[in-house]
Amino acid sequence: MLAFAPRQKKVPDSINPYETDEPMYRIVSSIFLAENIKKLEIEAPRIAKKRKAGQFIMLRVTSHGERVPLTIAGSDPEKGTITLIVQGMGKSTRELNALEAGNSIADVVGPLGTPSHIENFGTAVSIGGGVGTAIAYPTAVALKEAGNHVITINGARSKELVILEKEMNEVSDEAYITTDDGSYGFHGFVTQKLQELIDSGRKIDYVLAIGPIPMMKAIAEVTRPYGIKTVVSLNPIMVDGTGMCGGCRVTVKDEIKFACVDGPEFDAHEVDFTNLADRNRIYLSEEKESAEGTSHRCHLHMDK
Amino acid sequence: MDAQHITNKERLAIPRQPMPAQDPEVRNKNFREVNLGYTPELARQEALRCIQCKDPICIQGCPVNIKIDEFIKLVAEGDFLGAARKVKEDNVLPAVCGRVCPQEDQCEKACVIGKKHAPVAIGNLERFVADWEREHGEPDLPAIKAATGKKVAVIGSGPAGLSCANDLIRQGHRVVVFEALHELGGVLMYGVPEFRLPKEIVKTEIEGLKKMGVEFQTDVVVGRSVTIDELIEEEGFDAVFIGVGAGLPWFMGIPGENLVGVLAANEFLTRVNLMKAYDFPAGSDTPVFDCRGKNVAVFGGGNTAMDAVRTAKRLGAEHAYIVYRRSEAEMPARVEEIHHAKEEGIEFLLLMNPLEFLGNDRHWLTGVKCIKMELGEPDESGRRRPVPVEGSEFILPLDMAVISIGNGSNPLIKQTTPDIEVSKRDTIIVDINTMATSKENVYAGGDIVTGGATVILAMGAGRTAAKAIHDKLMGTAVNHNEW
Ligand SMILES: Cc1cc2nc3c(=O)[nH]c(=O)nc-3n(C[C@H](O)[C@H](O)[C@H](O)COP(=O)(O)OP(=O)(O)OC[C@H]3O[C@@H](n4cnc5c(N)ncnc54)[C@H](O)[C@@H]3O)c2cc1C
Ligand SMILES: Cc1cc2nc3c(=O)[nH]c(=O)nc-3n(C[C@H](O)[C@H](O)[C@H](O)COP(=O)(O)OP(=O)(O)OC[C@H]3O[C@@H](n4cnc5c(N)ncnc54)[C@H](O)[C@@H]3O)c2cc1C
Ligand code: SF4
Ligand code: SF4
Ligand code: FES
Repeated sequence: MLAFAPRQKKVPDSINPYETDEPMYRIVSSIFLAENIKKLEIEAPRIAKKRKAGQFIMLRVTSHGERVPLTIAGSDPEKGTITLIVQGMGKSTRELNALEAGNSIADVVGPLGTPSHIENFGTAVSIGGGVGTAIAYPTAVALKEAGNHVITINGARSKELVILEKEMNEVSDEAYITTDDGSYGFHGFVTQKLQELIDSGRKIDYVLAIGPIPMMKAIAEVTRPYGIKTVVSLNPIMVDGTGMCGGCRVTVKDEIKFACVDGPEFDAHEVDFTNLADRNRIYLSEEKESAEGTSHRCHLHMDK
Repeated sequence: MDAQHITNKERLAIPRQPMPAQDPEVRNKNFREVNLGYTPELARQEALRCIQCKDPICIQGCPVNIKIDEFIKLVAEGDFLGAARKVKEDNVLPAVCGRVCPQEDQCEKACVIGKKHAPVAIGNLERFVADWEREHGEPDLPAIKAATGKKVAVIGSGPAGLSCANDLIRQGHRVVVFEALHELGGVLMYGVPEFRLPKEIVKTEIEGLKKMGVEFQTDVVVGRSVTIDELIEEEGFDAVFIGVGAGLPWFMGIPGENLVGVLAANEFLTRVNLMKAYDFPAGSDTPVFDCRGKNVAVFGGGNTAMDAVRTAKRLGAEHAYIVYRRSEAEMPARVEEIHHAKEEGIEFLLLMNPLEFLGNDRHWLTGVKCIKMELGEPDESGRRRPVPVEGSEFILPLDMAVISIGNGSNPLIKQTTPDIEVSKRDTIIVDINTMATSKENVYAGGDIVTGGATVILAMGAGRTAAKAIHDKLMGTAVNHNEW
């Protein structure tokens, strides 16, 4: 019979949970942008120097932590820091968001992924849904720098969840906010706002859409009939992020692509979103277990 | 028996000493090492079987030319530490190679007594002396030459990178190893499972290199975090060795491969070995497919496939199958692993070709449709080509499918260093005598050059490159006997 071990609570209470002598990455600042969404500035000099819009890092909070992929929202090469914007989803991101300035995390590696393809397209619309706004932000900045007329559509469920309003306003020629419940800005979904812009006869040359999979899929359907070039950033489950394990495989134009090296940005009209949504559910029950600690699962220990 | 006064006839009368192992029904439920290792008595007994050939051709069977006859003689005499030192003259990772080398195709294949009897168990003895030294010996650091002032970057901390770093540091160069992952060791850490190669052993070997002065930087993806050109031009490295290993896994390209529950062996093994998902959720935050009571099939016949299927069994799979297109004779896995897998209750479906994965309305895997094969005429590689038996299709119910049919090459170096020439398969092209690439002062070796191969070949390549780098940096031809 397999050995059954009771679940141990490993979530650290103290601020020094690390059992590692590896180099650690210090958190320089840590502030909440909205409920459950935090902006973290972390020391990572090599990455700060190299990163480009559209790239991400992987981090581990503790020495037994998962490798979590997070987009680099910004960087300060002089200070040697990068900025991350993190939504508390499950165990790892909540653990990360519980940390304060002065704490350190075990690992940060990057910049990973292929940088966004940036050029002067003309009029570019950057659409962010929820924490996707944070992922869209650096690319919006780069689009602006390249001379585009930048329109941003920043969607959230309700007013309290709107993030980066000020930052988005700064990089946009036109900035819109949409909320599902109408508590702020346009009442409705980002897709409706985009459709409105298209219907108003505006010439749109490029759309970047980042957010939940159903949102990205819906945007792809809005732009498809007009043949507007549309790019999405995919979030498959990753393990190494370096192009070794094959875990991040996605189907694009009926071909296998690996999001951590070939992406994470792909042509929205070629992505098989249904497959991505299916595959992202594989560890759902396990993740719940990890976050809630409700499990009676047996563990195969390496009882030495 | 006395090592000095024993006739060859007496030597040949000793049977090959079997490797003690955990009971199969016990070990297929834990991750502890399967093989328990020789006792000193077994080791000496086995060592006496070596007839100490005048011209020991076994040495030619070993890619790094370990002085096999000499170290075995020391084992027979009971000087285990001396034997370990002898092995280490040519091999930095003997505890690893003794465990994972495909000996039956290398040193032991060449051993003369293998013609009429079982060959000397060279691998088992190598493992024994390395373990003995680790457990009993004073850590005895090899001499390091005076600093040369030269600085070499080694990219990747797998066997190729580690052996290259070892040779270079001994020659007095400064060596910095850059590793993309958070752990050092390459496939030895994330691929080969604990039950075949305890991670403590790899860590101890790497500690040894640290003590000798090799610097390690984890979390650095060369190409992304820093490019090779920047290492040379901005960080002042005089030479670079690329040992980044193989790359992304291949898939079979059959319908249904996108279903939830179909994954690559690299992902499955990385979750379990590197991220310690066997200990989820108590000791690790990384989940792995819950295999308990499930049907799992691994497609392939190499070491990776054996590791994956035996891991699935240990995670509680009810049925753990190997599905392989050819017959057992063609399986590239080490013979010992196939044998161990069978003992552990792995079910082998040989001469079987998957046609299509089947799923339910939620797009989760439910099974695989296979067709039976028979061996036809030999192909270009000399292996008899399997051909389908008409009408023999059947469905195997499955919860998880693990694809293990090989790897391509990681494209990162190619993309970020266009002046390094690569083959059509994206492997780096080198001069096999020096491992020099088309780019000045940049060398490469291991799986990134050969495609998926073996630990010892990767190590051999690392050594060859180290020699060439040393020659180049010092502008001299070294006396290679001193290495
Ligand atoms: C390229 C990329 C960039 C990302 N950028 C950001 C960002 O800037 N800000 C942000 O808040 N989130 C970002 N994410 C999503 C973030 O990685 C996940 O929310 C996080 O991994 C969840 O981990 P958890 O343990 O907290 O939650 P879990 O409970 O483990 O999972 C919650 C959900 O997150 C997804 N997920 C779980 N593990 C992974 C994984 N290893 N890789 C990807 N997704 C996973 C699954 O769909 C799961 O259902 C990004 C993802 C990718 C792939
Ligand atoms: C599951 C499995 C079982 C195996 N079993 C056996 C066996 O029993 N016997 C045997 O002889 N062989 C076996 N092999 C094959 C053997 O492990 C490989 O041939 C060997 O490890 C190759 O060594 P390497 O140094 O070239 O590369 P690797 O061991 O792959 O190491 C490469 C290292 O480079 C790192 N890296 C990659 N890209 C970068 C980058 N851009 N920047 C920095 N670092 C980078 C990787 O993270 C990795 O750590 C097995 C392989 C696998 C996958
Ligand atoms: S390193 Fe491998 S091939 Fe060489 S002697 Fe040891 S087991 Fe044999
Ligand atoms: S060939 Fe066999 S018997 Fe001869 S020296 Fe080598 S190991 Fe010994
Ligand atoms: S995450 Fe492993 S290959 Fe992309």
